Amino acid sequence: MTLEFDGRIPIYIQIMDKIKLDIVTGKLKGGEKLTSVREMAENFKVNPNTIQRVYQELEREGITYTQRGTGTFITEDKNIINSLKVEMSMNVIKTFIDGMTNLGFTSEEIIKAVNDYFKGGKANGNNI
Amino acid sequence: MEIIFKTENLTKSYMTKKALKGVSIELEKGKILGLLGPNGSGKTTLMKICAGLLRPTSGEIYIDGLVPGLNTKPVVSYLPDVNYLYRWMKIRDAIVFFDEFYDDFDVKKAKKLLEFMNLDENSKVTSLSKGMLEKLHLTLVLSRKAKLYILDEPLGGVDPVAREKIIDAILDNFNEDSSMIISTHLVRDIERLFDEVVFISQGEFILKGNAEELRIEKGKSIDELYREVFQDA
Repeated sequence: MTLEFDGRIPIYIQIMDKIKLDIVTGKLKGGEKLTSVREMAENFKVNPNTIQRVYQELEREGITYTQRGTGTFITEDKNIINSLKVEMSMNVIKTFIDGMTNLGFTSEEIIKAVNDYFKGGKANGNNI
Repeated sequence: MEIIFKTENLTKSYMTKKALKGVSIELEKGKILGLLGPNGSGKTTLMKICAGLLRPTSGEIYIDGLVPGLNTKPVVSYLPDVNYLYRWMKIRDAIVFFDEFYDDFDVKKAKKLLEFMNLDENSKVTSLSKGMLEKLHLTLVLSRKAKLYILDEPLGGVDPVAREKIIDAILDNFNEDSSMIISTHLVRDIERLFDEVVFISQGEFILKGNAEELRIEKGKSIDELYREVFQDA
């Protein structure tokens, strides 16, 4: 499970994103227990204090809850999981739009390119 | 928060050369500090003072509230950057040596670590490669139950695969009751272990802080920061 970390982004945020992704894709299910701090630190090969912070932040965002004595669990609240999904999709869209804008596409051209793509054709440079 | 390690305006001079020029730092219990700097920047001098092997010229230093010396020997487990085992020893002898020397040495743990490191108890110390020797030293140092582990260049001269093993061993044996100071100039492989980092250059701390905060603030990895700061060194 070792992640290739991007050193420029805090490690705790990258691990949070990985856990969020696992929740959205259903790898981790609502109500499921997260592994202990120690175990997760060994899995990711990071300092346990970093995982401690990951757990604190996840709980602050309402994604997990702690049951005293038994551990940390993923929320069963569908709304929170859905909004996680939306939030992550926005990130994907933003990266895509930024990339297209960099290539010189206007918003209309981007929409047309996406439509063309779904119709099975390629975004044809001659038509735009 | 409990402070395990603290220096204030610490200096060390060798004859005319100033190896440490008034460094101040604090480390909380349960944290790992990365001491980062090129060769000759003062890392080893600072670590030797922590281990009670050198006396500071001026300033203050406390480990668990004590001045380093005989009192702190049981508190500190120190990995020097040189081999200090006798040439006649087999790995087995080194374990006995440590067990007799330190009350807090855990033979069971040492044997487990040897296995993890793929080291054979019957090997002679002189037959070990640089990487294997480093693994053996680390095994001995981590098998003590100390409050502060001081590791001087644990990755020096070790190939990337062995580096992974060493980092794993450090992580597995770290717990919230102990603290660590790790010096290195190979930052990339090990930066994910650090809570705090301090950059040392020519006997002075030129940058220090929480590793994650530095990543946010500078938008760079600790390794990139290191290369930027020490590009001329």
